[in-house]
Amino acid sequence: MTFGLQPEAGAVRMPAPVGDLSAPAGPPPALLFDHVSVRFGAYTAVNDASLHVGDGEFVSIVGPTGCGKSTLLNVAAGLLEPSEGDICVYGRSLEGINADAGYLFQADALMPWRTALSNVITGLEYAGTERKAAERLGNEWLARVGLSGHGERFPHEMSGGMRKRVALAQTLIRDPKIVLMDEPFSALDVQTRVLMENELLQLWTTYRKSVLFITHDLEEAISLSDRVIILSAGPSTHPIAEFRIDLPRPRDVAEIRMTPRFVELYHQIWDAMKEEVLKAYERNQRKLAD
Amino acid sequence: MIADPSASGRTAPGRPAARPQRRPRRRAMPGPIVLTALQAAMFAALIIAWYVLVRAKALPVFFFGDPVLVFQQIVSWFVTGEIFVHLATTLIETLLAFLLGVASGIGIGLWLGLSPLTAALFDPYIKALNAMPRVILGPIFIVWFGLGIGSKVALGVTLVFFVVFFNVFQGVREVNPVILANSRMLGANRRQLLTTVYIPSALSWVFSSLHMSVGMAFVGAVVGEYLGSARGVGYLILQAEATFDVNAVFAGIIVLTVFALVLDLAVTLVEKRLIVGKPKS
Ligand SMILES: Nc1ncnc2c1ncn2[C@@H]1O[C@H](COP(=O)(O)OP(=O)(O)O)[C@@H](O)[C@H]1O
Ligand SMILES: [Mg+2]
Repeated sequence: MTFGLQPEAGAVRMPAPVGDLSAPAGPPPALLFDHVSVRFGAYTAVNDASLHVGDGEFVSIVGPTGCGKSTLLNVAAGLLEPSEGDICVYGRSLEGINADAGYLFQADALMPWRTALSNVITGLEYAGTERKAAERLGNEWLARVGLSGHGERFPHEMSGGMRKRVALAQTLIRDPKIVLMDEPFSALDVQTRVLMENELLQLWTTYRKSVLFITHDLEEAISLSDRVIILSAGPSTHPIAEFRIDLPRPRDVAEIRMTPRFVELYHQIWDAMKEEVLKAYERNQRKLAD
Repeated sequence: MIADPSASGRTAPGRPAARPQRRPRRRAMPGPIVLTALQAAMFAALIIAWYVLVRAKALPVFFFGDPVLVFQQIVSWFVTGEIFVHLATTLIETLLAFLLGVASGIGIGLWLGLSPLTAALFDPYIKALNAMPRVILGPIFIVWFGLGIGSKVALGVTLVFFVVFFNVFQGVREVNPVILANSRMLGANRRQLLTTVYIPSALSWVFSSLHMSVGMAFVGAVVGEYLGSARGVGYLILQAEATFDVNAVFAGIIVLTVFALVLDLAVTLVEKRLIVGKPKS
């Protein structure tokens, strides 16, 4: 592991760019980005990004809006082929869709013509699971995300928070080893968001998935993660620093934010980010001025 | 039930300030019963005006008919039962044209929607066929399929097909990319993507054009009958015209109109079941 050499270290500032340090020794990580670049025509969205998610680890990626976070996640999902570099899943080079991964999209991805239950068991249906068994498991999962009794509702009959819960159940019911989450709670109000973050942590503690979580919210990243990776502002986005979050678990995301250690970590990471945030801000201002 | 938005202005107890402003601008909408009564009164007035003008010889009866005789004609059609075979014929033609048009529209819409190369290849032909006033195909269909049901169904199908085809084509092209990506992540293969994403997504567009498709099927059936047939409501009108029986022509037009209204009502009922109710499959 990258941090095996520094057992004492809480937050470790990595030299930028991270480069080879992200290829850990030992058992292959759940997910490894090996010098990944993504170009859209002449525009280089991601340039030479290397990072990894260990087995059972909760890693967050933080970066300014538009820097290429979703692009990175799409590459990890196998939905987007990198222009250069490789993605390795448990040591095997990824080709096509990442079958080990579940993906919680930023935008609503439920089928509007299916009920909550029917949406939840879509993946089982694809896998050919017998209908009765699938529905039983589907109802179990609906209960697990706090939606028992709402299985017959259509997406348009549910609130944004409920739809996210359905999407979460839909993803986790397939028992993927890796879960990719793209700003899943950014559209929710603050209270719902804290609730869902806590529920996510509980589920993660129970099932120990390897999670790659994307957010532009530093507090959210710190309160949830084992490790936080900071991206540079786009274009040519790449990781510029990473921090281990040594806050004790189990955590309550609302309470942990009041602890001195959290505040300390927050300031450290914010210092590292500030420059990039300013860069992104200036770039936007210039874009607006043009 | 959703309240009529225009009616909600009448009773706004919590907002007295808004009231004095509203009054002078617009007169309050009458209630539904009063409105229906007014509509019926207007209908009666039209019929009476027609009757009076024709009886006073202000309108030539040879061209405009006599409402009493028109009414008698309709009653006699139903009393003798003569009309039913014609209604049934038109209904069957409409339904067949609708079903075949929808099926072919969905099939070809999916095919072209999913295969950009084929779509590009067919594009000029589709555009030309759509631009053509397809009613003129009627005589050709009569030559090909005879005076029976076949030629009417064929005409209806060509009309329905394009409505459905364009909707499905659009529906497939505009499938929500996030839903598509999500399904792929959930492990869907190509066939499953087709059955669980593309087809339902395209169908929701077909539902939105249901009224139009049924209307087109009906137009195809009636125009086909009118161009040449041995049965159907369009045939009744054709017959009456040939014998200069203007009362029967008007009677036929009225029967057709009521038929179309009933058909539209039926579509509305089906739509409610399919879209709002969405019963478990
Ligand atoms: N399919 C695409 N084609 C062209 N440009 C794209 C595409 N997807 C993303 N981009 C560009 O790449 C950059 C990063 O996008 P994205 O990964 O969505 O950012 P983030 O998720 O961090 O907000 C943006 O500038 C965006 O305009
Ligand atoms: Mg994004």
